[in-house]
Amino acid sequence: MCGIVGLFLKDQSLAPKLGDMLTDMLITMTDRGPDSAGIAIYGTETQGKTKLTVQSPKPDADFAGLAEDLGQRLGASVTQTIIDTHAVLDIPGDQFEAARAALAEIRPSVRLMSRGETLEIYKEVGLPKDVAARFNLSGMSGTHGIGHTRMATESAVTTMGAHPFNTGPDQCLVHNGSLSNHNSLRRKLRREGVTIQTENDTEVGAAYLTWKMMNGATLGEALQSSLDDLDGFFTFVVGTKDGFGVVRDPIACKPAVMAETDQYVAFGSEYRALVNLPGIEEARVWEPEPSTVYFWSHTDSPTTHEKAA
Amino acid sequence: MQTYDLEANGLRGLNAALQAQSTETNQTSWEVVNPKGSHAIAVGLDAPIEVTVKGSTGYYCAGMNQQAMVRVEGSAGPGVAENMMSGQVIVDGDASQYAGATGHGGLLVIKGNASSRCGISMKGIDIVVHGNIGHMSAFMAQAGNLVVCGDAGDALGDSLYEARLFVRGSVKSLGADCIEKDMRPEHLEILKDLLERAGSDAKPEEFKRYGSARQLYNFDIGNSAAY
Repeated sequence: MCGIVGLFLKDQSLAPKLGDMLTDMLITMTDRGPDSAGIAIYGTETQGKTKLTVQSPKPDADFAGLAEDLGQRLGASVTQTIIDTHAVLDIPGDQFEAARAALAEIRPSVRLMSRGETLEIYKEVGLPKDVAARFNLSGMSGTHGIGHTRMATESAVTTMGAHPFNTGPDQCLVHNGSLSNHNSLRRKLRREGVTIQTENDTEVGAAYLTWKMMNGATLGEALQSSLDDLDGFFTFVVGTKDGFGVVRDPIACKPAVMAETDQYVAFGSEYRALVNLPGIEEARVWEPEPSTVYFWSHTDSPTTHEKAA
Repeated sequence: MQTYDLEANGLRGLNAALQAQSTETNQTSWEVVNPKGSHAIAVGLDAPIEVTVKGSTGYYCAGMNQQAMVRVEGSAGPGVAENMMSGQVIVDGDASQYAGATGHGGLLVIKGNASSRCGISMKGIDIVVHGNIGHMSAFMAQAGNLVVCGDAGDALGDSLYEARLFVRGSVKSLGADCIEKDMRPEHLEILKDLLERAGSDAKPEEFKRYGSARQLYNFDIGNSAAY
């Protein structure tokens, strides 16, 4: 069992409240997943920059002078914002691979949570309310965000095993369920050059979508083919820089409820997670169908077959 | 009318109060406000009382119900009226997966759509869905009636025993050993009664009946190679 929440804003006047609404939803899902929690938030963009969100088990030592050290290695200016065990590094947009390699050398205990132009991922072991408080999630603003409360089944309870998972620029994925062919698929994807950091089944699902999109698929097409290539149970919620998607396996035993108003599209593992959203009484509330790809984006005419990443 | 604020007073107090009602109670009418998708609302009742839930519910609303009439003025989460014995449960909105699962008796009415596995392993309950139902509904259903005024999803009635299935719209696919059967006068009578009690104006003649081909009841030596 796990809990998923997601919120995609159509009305950007709600953007300053995104973190607050998502945090309330996340904490409501505590009893579906009390061991770890995480949130992916799509916030502001700095032109020409990529954000690296990194985590350290010893942040005081690792984050001291990190921006300067990394900047020196890259030959560019790097800024950093420290939030508890995480830090967000702004690096030149074309230097991600160089930065990843440099980080492994200058701060070997620092782990990469996410990279992207707007995406930041914060996740830790602990009760969702404690994780939310550590990172002040309720104060964050953004266009859309996805949260997860974890009850681990397939891999250890660690920061790296918490969701969301980021395997490509501005992409993230959270999962309720368990994949049964993740070991063979991980080997295949690694041979194809996809970076997979953990032994977790969900990260393989995320990497699979990234690999499909690297080879020209749209997010909608990648989600569609996941129905053929992933074995197991899954309700996935995925985020991209511009959009937000949902897919459930054909058995669809992992719960899902969605709500849509003129202001937002919301996802919850249970209706409970949605009850405090503005206008929920008048929202269109429904259960997403099995084997069906749903996708929303901020462009004018969103379709499920749009290249969104 | 007794009004219970679930948010203010908690779930255990509600269920303890409702379960304490006897057949001779004077407190026959209850209203539950602020359900907010909570789990296990009004479960294990065993008295001829009426409970109205003013909003949507989470998992297992009205489970194990006997005698009581429970109405949800909203949608219901997974497992509504699971293992109902008698009485009536009405959902004004939609119901999530496995509505009415394993029910032995009583009537479950869903005014909207029901999701997957509706009536799975039903054992005598009557279920009337005004809208559509999802895949694997009435899987291993043993007794009772499932009436669907809309369409049915994949694998309807897979491994069915003796439950009767009535569908007005399309059936995406039938499960193993489930076949269409003749609608005889006695079936039209059953349907007419159930539709009336469920407040549906659908006509019994518009439905098709499905049931077990009874080919899975006994081991068939011709299939031995498959094992």
